[in-house]
Amino acid sequence: MKNVIGTIVLVLIRLLASGQDLLDELDKVAKPKKAFAAATFKSTRIINGHSVETIARNHLDFRIAHRFGMLNDGAYNFFGLDQATMRMSFEYGVTDKLMLGFGRSTSQKAFDYFAKYKIVRQSSANGGIPVSITAFGAIDAISLNTSPQFKFYNNMERLTYVGQLLIARKFGEKLSIQLSPTFIHRNKVETSADPNDIFALGLGGRIKISKRTSFNAEYFYRLPFSLEKGLQPNPAYHNSLSLGFDIETGGHVFQLHFTNSPGMIERQFITQTEGQWGKGDVHYGFNISRTFSFDKKKKYEK
Amino acid sequence: MGSIFHGHSVLIKRKNMKNKLWFLIFCFCSEAAFSQQNQWICKKGETGFFSETVIENISAQNKNVVSIIDIAKREIAVRMNLTDFKFQNHLMEEHFNENYVESEKYPVSTFKGKIQEEIDWGRNGTYDISARGALSLHGVTKDMLLKGKVSISNGQIVLLSNMDIVLKEFNIEVPSLLITKVSEVITVKNKMIYVQK
Repeated sequence: MKNVIGTIVLVLIRLLASGQDLLDELDKVAKPKKAFAAATFKSTRIINGHSVETIARNHLDFRIAHRFGMLNDGAYNFFGLDQATMRMSFEYGVTDKLMLGFGRSTSQKAFDYFAKYKIVRQSSANGGIPVSITAFGAIDAISLNTSPQFKFYNNMERLTYVGQLLIARKFGEKLSIQLSPTFIHRNKVETSADPNDIFALGLGGRIKISKRTSFNAEYFYRLPFSLEKGLQPNPAYHNSLSLGFDIETGGHVFQLHFTNSPGMIERQFITQTEGQWGKGDVHYGFNISRTFSFDKKKKYEK
Repeated sequence: MGSIFHGHSVLIKRKNMKNKLWFLIFCFCSEAAFSQQNQWICKKGETGFFSETVIENISAQNKNVVSIIDIAKREIAVRMNLTDFKFQNHLMEEHFNENYVESEKYPVSTFKGKIQEEIDWGRNGTYDISARGALSLHGVTKDMLLKGKVSISNGQIVLLSNMDIVLKEFNIEVPSLLITKVSEVITVKNKMIYVQK
């Protein structure tokens, strides 16, 4: 009996000592990597609205976006393609978590400045966080000349402030969903029935349909209340709905989409969308994003 | 009388067995200690690659590669996390992980091979070295040849090696539009410094 036990003990010791595979030993040495959910979205925008993604440190994202006229403009306007509004922007990753950007829209001759910061990142490791959360803040200024229809008595009246919390979760490889509670304060509004403050809830997501393309959708719902008593979001405007595709090739991401909002900054597409999908007021549009790296340190020569 | 004698002999037998047992345990333990001595380990190895085409050069480096050499068994093993590869362009890094090596599904790449040359690990000097074995990458395991030079100097083994990887063989697809941007055969270069475990 003792012999048997002795033999078993010996076999165990022997297994522990030298029966081990070299790779198993490396598994012990290798540090477990905390896996953050990477590429929840392909771009810093879902369609019009921002996604939880930011640009990497020392990288510059040059973006050009167009929204054409409405599809129901008819053949004379070539179904909207005869007209276009544009936004051009430079967006820079200061750190891997913080990005700054500024842009110019032809619509309303608007300048916009924004900052975006990754507060937490979704991670799969034990005790991980189920969602990524990014904070977004922006200021935009309408630089149109004062006109009889819309008078500016001072420059402060041209400004709008935007605050947004972007909360997203990547469900596996293909599906990502984002909630974007939004607060917008406009220093000046067009009519006295229009509240200065607008609260909205954005819902967006993407489904990858191949390795390099995804289908995206985005909806912003203006909440039916305001800080000012008795005022509701202006019923002349509608909620923004956009559907589109992301296509990536090398250093570019192309986003092609249909939307009822011609504007490309938060104030314009959340609070001033005039078109309605049901009436065919749909704009075709695209975003092109090209990323440049200024990261010299990571350069590795042959 | 006979019974006493008999009892004595059992005692002796038991003692012998105990001794034998202790001797065997000692042997195995010392073997364990000895096999540890035969192992050389590298905890911060570097692996890099360079993809060169007319249109675009792509390079990346992983500085957290771990490796082990067992000089008695003449075996070498290498392990790396694919997400540890750093690219100059972050977008390329994202594409590398998401579209090429699919590091969410296949996070680790390993190589385990048999060293083919007889090398006198005790003597300082530089020797050609090659190892044949299994490389696992992107869910595919393939027999590969690692080639390089090993320099032995007091208490340290430096291994410079490289390996040619044909992307197709590991089911890593390059879309035909991008073929001009990503070369189809990638030479992976490694630099490992080992110390005794």
